[in-house]
Amino acid sequence: MSTPAEVAAPTLTLNLAHDVGEVLEYHFMINALLAGGIVAVMAGLVGWLTVVRRETFAGHTLSLMAFPGASSALLIGVPVAWGYFVCCGAGALAIGRFSDRATGSFNEESVGIGMVQALALALGFLFLSLYSGVLGSLENLLFGNPLGVSDAQLTTLAIVAAVVVLALGVLARPLLFASVDPDVARARGVPVKALSAAFLLLLGLAVAATSQITGPLLVFALLVMPAATAQALTARPGLSLALTVLLGLAIVWLGMGLAYFSVYPAACFITGGAFVVYLLVRLLGATRRRLIARRLGPLAPPPVPEGVIA
Amino acid sequence: MVSLDSGVRRHGSVALEVRDAAVQIGGRTIWSEVSMTVAAGEFVALLGANGSGKSTLLKAVLGAVAPTAGAITVLGRPAGAANSAIGYLPQRHAFQVGARLRGVDIVRLGLDGDRYGFPLPLGWGSRGARIKAARRRVDEVIDMVGAGGYAHRSLGECSGGEQQRLLIAQALARRPELLLLDEPLDSLDLPNQASVSALVSEICRESGVAVLLVAHDVNPLLPYLDRVVYLAAGRAVEGPVEQVITGETLTGLYGLPVEVLRASDGRLVVVGQPEAPAHHHDRHGHAHVHAG
Repeated sequence: MSTPAEVAAPTLTLNLAHDVGEVLEYHFMINALLAGGIVAVMAGLVGWLTVVRRETFAGHTLSLMAFPGASSALLIGVPVAWGYFVCCGAGALAIGRFSDRATGSFNEESVGIGMVQALALALGFLFLSLYSGVLGSLENLLFGNPLGVSDAQLTTLAIVAAVVVLALGVLARPLLFASVDPDVARARGVPVKALSAAFLLLLGLAVAATSQITGPLLVFALLVMPAATAQALTARPGLSLALTVLLGLAIVWLGMGLAYFSVYPAACFITGGAFVVYLLVRLLGATRRRLIARRLGPLAPPPVPEGVIA
Repeated sequence: MVSLDSGVRRHGSVALEVRDAAVQIGGRTIWSEVSMTVAAGEFVALLGANGSGKSTLLKAVLGAVAPTAGAITVLGRPAGAANSAIGYLPQRHAFQVGARLRGVDIVRLGLDGDRYGFPLPLGWGSRGARIKAARRRVDEVIDMVGAGGYAHRSLGECSGGEQQRLLIAQALARRPELLLLDEPLDSLDLPNQASVSALVSEICRESGVAVLLVAHDVNPLLPYLDRVVYLAAGRAVEGPVEQVITGETLTGLYGLPVEVLRASDGRLVVVGQPEAPAHHHDRHGHAHVHAG
């Protein structure tokens, strides 16, 4: 399998069809684009709920679980994937213990998650220093290597993504109910606590599968940024879910395409692109609100067409 | 205290019956010997100072807190067994998720938010008919509470009064037989307190649903109430407003001298009742007076 370093430096021409054709000539690029696409869909859907539930801190902590996961797997000599799944699952359970919304306050919850995160990072470093063998670069551990996805990795990713998306689909309505309105949902017989734990496990599963390919830091970017952007654009849940997925796909594929033609890593383009889009949406929204306010006078509420928010 | 002739009344006329109930939390008795009934189509207010156990009583009615004595019967079944026929609006200060959902989405969750399975809005045959019926019901309850003008806005852009109406619509979505509203007037301004009270009364009369509404100020509700239940000092008194909110009854309940004054506009002013120590502020200023 070729890696970008082995091929002659590709150059971006003005002929889009030619550029795309060149990218698709390489097996590693096709794998990268497929993996990126799967990740964008899965992280987008899970991330949309993560943003609604205000659990981005838990999401961040789970994505960092990949670090002790990988280093412990290296240390005891088992496949790295096992380390990812075990550590992310354990992290999800630990965070679940702290996010009991029925009794605990949000403040206690974030303190608990913070401690899980600190402990995970410390363990990761400990395992890394205990491990005396040759380590692939730390950079790959944190940022992944999206352009080096094997066929086996791609298959695993596709299976995990299918499981996560199916489970989310089945749980969708009660999960949303429990997320926005826990008291009423509980009175209706929705198992709020169990759903909260189930969601964290799905989040951990998604993060573990994705981290191996894109690295934990990039997962987090894809988990939060497209969902936050879409939710800033519209309050219609269906539309905003669809926008999240489309934005994620566009950002990932464009970022990988650009990375192919440059010397910089794909993670930079993807995260940078996602951030720029989010910033633009917020700036446009703020400008539009200001213009409307100026036109209507200071006390008039902003007119809102059919749930679409400026 | 209203005693109930339970041999004669059947389910259908009595929505809620609490008989000699007591609740303990953490070993502390919150209240005991509480009895009350709410009949179908009745509008009853549950009054009392902060910390007197009003929300706990609602939770007991929902079956979330088990009584340590007595019995609570909802629609002829033990508390907790008939929750699908209860519309519940919990106490809250502002809507948690704030922003990124619309009023219609919240109302829709009240209708089928507890259903598992893919919520794709597509379908033919019976599934299509169900989706259409669900949309119709959501529009219907939104009309009922007069929220049509802002139901498609994001919740974060709705005022407190608008959010409260949407949440009442959510509670109504499944045609409940009993509505439990926990402090729906709290944090609303005076005009909104008056209009939400009128709305609840209208719903109660027109659809025959029984309403138990928790409040710490009885005044906005005065024109509409059938009866009140007053919780204080771990006990309850039930009856018509003019019998319960009197100096005599409240003095007996609190065991302290309490006076009830009637302002020239008919508003009731309770003077001398002990406040719970943790909440020693008057949220509404002097012109606006607590009944409990």
